[in-house]
Amino acid sequence: MQTRRKFIKISSLGLGMTAVAAGATNLVSGQSGKIALGKEGPTKGPMRKVATYCEVCFWKCAGWAHVTPDGDIQKITGNQDDPQCNGRLCPRGTGGVGMYSDPDRLKTPLIRVTRNGEQTYREATWDEALDYVAGKMKDIAAKHGPESMALFNHGSSGRYFTHLLNAFGSENIAAPSFAQCRGPRDTGFELTFGESVGSPEATDIRDTRCLVLIGSHIGENMHNGQVQEMSDAIDRGAVIITVDPRLSTAASKSKYWMPIKPATDLALLLAWIHVLTHEGLYNKEYVEKYAEGFAELKEHVKEYTPEWAYGITTLKPEMIRHTAREMANAAPSVIIHPGRHTTWYGDDVQRSRAIAILNALLGSWGSRGGIFFKEGVKVPAFPAPAYPKPTWSWHETLDGKYPMARESVTNSMIEASIPATGRTHQIHGWIVSGTNLVMAIPLKEQLHKAMESLDLLVVVDTMPMEITGYADVVLPECTYLERYDDLRLSPHREPTIALRMPATTPKYQTQPAWWIAKQIGERLGLGAYFNFKDLSEVLEWQLKQVGSSLAEMEKIGLKKLPRKSLLYIPPGADYPFKTATGKIHLKSAELAESGFDAMPVFRPHPQPETGFYRLIYGRAPMHTFSRTANNRNLVALMPENAIWVNPQVAELWGLKKDQHVWLKNQDGVISNFSVKVRITERIRWDSVYIVHGFGHRHKPLSYAYGRGVNDTELITRISIDPIMGGTGMRGNFVTFLKEEPKKEVKS
Amino acid sequence: MRYAMAIDTRKCVGCSDCVVACQTENNVPVGFCRDWVTEVVEGTYPNVSIELRSERCNHCDNSPCVRCCPTGASHIEEGGVVLVTHHKCIGCGACIQSCPYKARYSHPEGYVDKCTFCIHRVREGLDPACASVCPTKCIYFGDLDDPNAKLVTVLKNRKFKSLAPEAGTKPQIFYLL
Repeated sequence: MQTRRKFIKISSLGLGMTAVAAGATNLVSGQSGKIALGKEGPTKGPMRKVATYCEVCFWKCAGWAHVTPDGDIQKITGNQDDPQCNGRLCPRGTGGVGMYSDPDRLKTPLIRVTRNGEQTYREATWDEALDYVAGKMKDIAAKHGPESMALFNHGSSGRYFTHLLNAFGSENIAAPSFAQCRGPRDTGFELTFGESVGSPEATDIRDTRCLVLIGSHIGENMHNGQVQEMSDAIDRGAVIITVDPRLSTAASKSKYWMPIKPATDLALLLAWIHVLTHEGLYNKEYVEKYAEGFAELKEHVKEYTPEWAYGITTLKPEMIRHTAREMANAAPSVIIHPGRHTTWYGDDVQRSRAIAILNALLGSWGSRGGIFFKEGVKVPAFPAPAYPKPTWSWHETLDGKYPMARESVTNSMIEASIPATGRTHQIHGWIVSGTNLVMAIPLKEQLHKAMESLDLLVVVDTMPMEITGYADVVLPECTYLERYDDLRLSPHREPTIALRMPATTPKYQTQPAWWIAKQIGERLGLGAYFNFKDLSEVLEWQLKQVGSSLAEMEKIGLKKLPRKSLLYIPPGADYPFKTATGKIHLKSAELAESGFDAMPVFRPHPQPETGFYRLIYGRAPMHTFSRTANNRNLVALMPENAIWVNPQVAELWGLKKDQHVWLKNQDGVISNFSVKVRITERIRWDSVYIVHGFGHRHKPLSYAYGRGVNDTELITRISIDPIMGGTGMRGNFVTFLKEEPKKEVKS
Repeated sequence: MRYAMAIDTRKCVGCSDCVVACQTENNVPVGFCRDWVTEVVEGTYPNVSIELRSERCNHCDNSPCVRCCPTGASHIEEGGVVLVTHHKCIGCGACIQSCPYKARYSHPEGYVDKCTFCIHRVREGLDPACASVCPTKCIYFGDLDDPNAKLVTVLKNRKFKSLAPEAGTKPQIFYLL
């Protein structure tokens, strides 16, 4: 059945009593809950400390919510014992209370209805909304099988819906964090070392002597533990080498900033490999013992000299040689950082492979100051029946493409949701949890077509993100400060368990995701998979299995357990890598068998035409993607993004500081809103830079609406990595429009 | 006893965590701040440098704000901390005009407000909120008269500067270079 799914602005609704209640709260507390109480100085009186871990980004730092005697959250601080934050939260974690106090939060379940021929939402009770979702899911399962329900997710809540869909009979679960982010890195490292660096990354920056960043902007990406360790490395005088066409914050703190011509990183990496292998600077003992394919690699990079790379990267040969020697001097305490967001140009697995190969040549994997081995706490799953075996899964949505995709590919799953002749594995319903697909996914037409074709689209979120406007049912989730969640078990140097518990009761009619999943599950006859009343029972049971208890964890928030495995490879010890042969693969037979280059080959990428500039995007330390642009505790620090323009380019175009311009890309797509010009020597003349996550076009985000430009709407040319399906997004070029363009008004 | 701060510009990444932590610690209204981050860019691409620094009231020894305050609301407390007694402040704004660091703002409730070095925390043996939250640990707070203070060690071992020395205010915030 084809549903015409029109975008609905949640703001156009009379939200009745709910909205009035929100207003009254605002009158008391100013714009944003706690911080504007207007009290003189700090709040007096004893505060309760409630254990939590942060949900403003994926780092999930453990901390404490400080609650006043009135039950208000005064502030959030880090847990001293947490190795991921060492008692210091980042600005977003410190400002996390703004998620709780945001006046624009989703307040009540909503169901799409047609009134007088117009589509709109009506407020619904939880029972109505949950019955509706379960009813539709049953219909879909009856007609097409349970496999045709899919989940798109990000963050802690995703796991409950993953459990729900697995119990329902579907493994069609995807997250933009793979094909739009770290996928190429993980695939490239797995092909080389048999495993990747995970999250938080196992980079031993704290003890490194040389840190090499390839476009990675630590400090602007506020991955807390890494930023802290980079600061320690600066204190200890470690050599930092940063490759970036922009003088990033990290570049400004580096001994060597290599202002590379964009899209040529692989040429530099190959030239570095050339220098290490042909000047005999590589770690011979390590390579002989643990790696295979060295002779072929050396032959392969013979022509990739620094002189060859100079013409491509614009980096001087002596600088390339000199930096390679710096790395060799520091080896094995050296990290060529794998990065995180690595979907750039479509050959990203190969670039990540080159980075992995460099690490292997220097012997950093398994070495102190290189890349360490992580260990986590194994906590058994709460007893539940085995999942039914689906007849097909996300592998079938790949249509035989992307042979090395070890996680599902969002864009393939979106494509599989569009009816097409001959499509045998069609998806008919989505649950979207904690990810604003409309801002996260490039190729908007494909996304819109898919969303129009669905029989059911359920969105679970705390905020009226753009994606909620496309939903049949919107389910308002409470924030992380108002709920229990599963234990944080992220492996790192020390195995740890962290607890998140409610600091306060859920505002409005919001509910935790575990409750929502359980309620839907029970309505689907899957109650046996949710055999508990409250998630705290699950936590109590799990903690007991590892010798702790909820009572203990409430007091300490985070528990460290002793390590059982080695942190590094002992000098000279045998170590079987997790590859098929137990050795590091400098040359990949696996890639060759699938018809790909066994070793990375440089192929040029398109460069901008005259009058166009490469669109580079990145992060700001006070924001997480598009999800914090409405957080009143953070927006004062950075209310909107600006387009960074080199002064020479600004002069050419007659652009003035803070002037508003619209951006038009190579395909004629014009930005929805204007953006301020920032004229700065920090950016190359052939590129422009914006921070991702702004340019919201959903009015219910009353602060974020219309501020700045959304980079993903200008990313219409995608270079898909044939190895794992990553969507390369850095091959888009924009030009400036100084006058407001005439364009059709979008709904 | 002389409280002071040293801020390492080599480590600061300009994340503004100090600003948010100060706001939530001290109930600073949205849209205002007691501390902020300054970025200075020098040079021409690709020979460019950046200095990032967290700024706030300099708790000057020779403080123009205290001298010009008509009611005595602005005053110097033990340890050299410059404070404003809110109920004595008439909001005339003379201090705001006199401060070469633009460190003071008019609170919507009618008084002038600024950094207190989180003296309520310091008296409990804690660092100011900004120093205790900073992910890069670039803010050193302490007593200049305490030879064991980390603050004193870094000032002994590193080059540093203060802001607007020409104003003659004898500021007590030092920037490590």
